[in-house]
Amino acid sequence: MAIKDLPLEEHYIPGSAACPGCPASMALRMVFKAIGKKMIMVVPACCTSVIESLHPYTSFDIPLLNIAFEAAAAASSGVAAALETMGRDDITVVAWAGDGGTYDIGLQALSGAFERGTNFIYICYNNQIYSNTGIQRSGATPYAAWTTTTVGGKTEFRKEMGEIVQAHHIPYVAQTSIGYPEDVYRKVKKAKEIKGPKYIEILAPCPPGWRFDMSKTAEMGKLAVETGAWALYEVENDKITFNGKSKLILEGKMKRKPVEDWLKLQGRFRHLFVPERDEKRLKEIEDHIDMLWRRYRSWVGIEK
Amino acid sequence: MKKYPIITSISYPKKGAMGKTGTWRVFKPILDQNKCVKCLQCWIYCPEATIIRKEDNSVEIDYEYCKGCGVCANVCPTKAITMVREGEEK
Ligand SMILES: Cc1ncc(C[n+]2csc(CCOP(=O)(O)OP(=O)(O)O)c2C)c(N)n1
Ligand code: SF4
Ligand code: SF4
Ligand code: SF4
Repeated sequence: MAIKDLPLEEHYIPGSAACPGCPASMALRMVFKAIGKKMIMVVPACCTSVIESLHPYTSFDIPLLNIAFEAAAAASSGVAAALETMGRDDITVVAWAGDGGTYDIGLQALSGAFERGTNFIYICYNNQIYSNTGIQRSGATPYAAWTTTTVGGKTEFRKEMGEIVQAHHIPYVAQTSIGYPEDVYRKVKKAKEIKGPKYIEILAPCPPGWRFDMSKTAEMGKLAVETGAWALYEVENDKITFNGKSKLILEGKMKRKPVEDWLKLQGRFRHLFVPERDEKRLKEIEDHIDMLWRRYRSWVGIEK
Repeated sequence: MKKYPIITSISYPKKGAMGKTGTWRVFKPILDQNKCVKCLQCWIYCPEATIIRKEDNSVEIDYEYCKGCGVCANVCPTKAITMVREGEEK
């Protein structure tokens, strides 16, 4: 899809509370373009409850329900049930939550809604931290990353939310990155046309949280994919397809860049490079990514 | 605008809900229309929706609300946008 084919329609109104260079704002613009005004968005406590701006005004020109931190999927289930009872099948229910609200506190509500077959799109914008409350670690924070609760670097690897969701065998699961807004748009648009539970996760590099210059949000989203630290894929009725650069890496048509290319630009990984290189942890990170790609290849039946 | 009779706090859409966010800027994106190839990269990536896309795919910057993040200058393939310190633009 060429950029010029994306709709001019805009429901993100300038003058919001988002930080300059905010990846969540970028992604929201694409979601609003893909779905339009006929949606009800459900937002738990997260940066977006701030980005949308303060009462009595909002910067989002769509209907939206703010709900408790753990309750995005549960509240969405209620909204979807109400719409079904009213016979309104023209309105898309979208849960929009951070990684804390998805990987951690909202996980059981999410699993329940998927298991019940709730007709909605659950979108997780993954900035790999609890950023709203000042950069604490989450289940999505990568190994060795600094946060205010992992001062020497996180000692655990992040979990694979995509795999957890796939285990529910719902009609549509996708991973994308704000480095590729057309990919975000295309996946949300596709999910809109599918009935039942849909899950989309958008990698959202956060300048204050990851400690990089606010002008580099898009670049960070691309480098994560080019280094294999993040993968673009979609799963339709259990059939997986890798997209864009991730497809090239998977099929061996492009060599993934060294993960250092991505780590070095982020202050949260600075301790891996100064005062001296931490070869041990750098290798552990590369090895972990290699392990993930071996797994991805096995999913599509490519050996080695 | 239609107001809803709902007994809870409810917010209504407004441009500049947090005020004139253009005042947050330290650096200002300056667009050179002669270098612009209308690729719309800046438009698609701008977090604040302050790159205005016209019917002919040319672009303009909404300085009232642009926060000066520099994403547009960074993604522009022809370097048509440069970041200049506020007050130092020609
Ligand atoms: C039950 C409960 N615990 C803690 C909080 C405080 N809280 C609000 S937002 C937030 C972090 C949200 O993190 P995430 O979901 O990753 O979204 P982000 O802020 O990164 O956008 C926390 C801990 C809360 N609102 N409710
Ligand atoms: S902390 Fe990060 S995700 Fe939150 S508003 Fe700021 S840039 Fe966006
Ligand atoms: S500097 Fe940032 S907010 Fe301003 S127009 Fe460019 S991308 Fe948009
Ligand atoms: S990115 Fe640069 S060349 Fe492309 S439309 Fe914007 S200003 Fe013009």
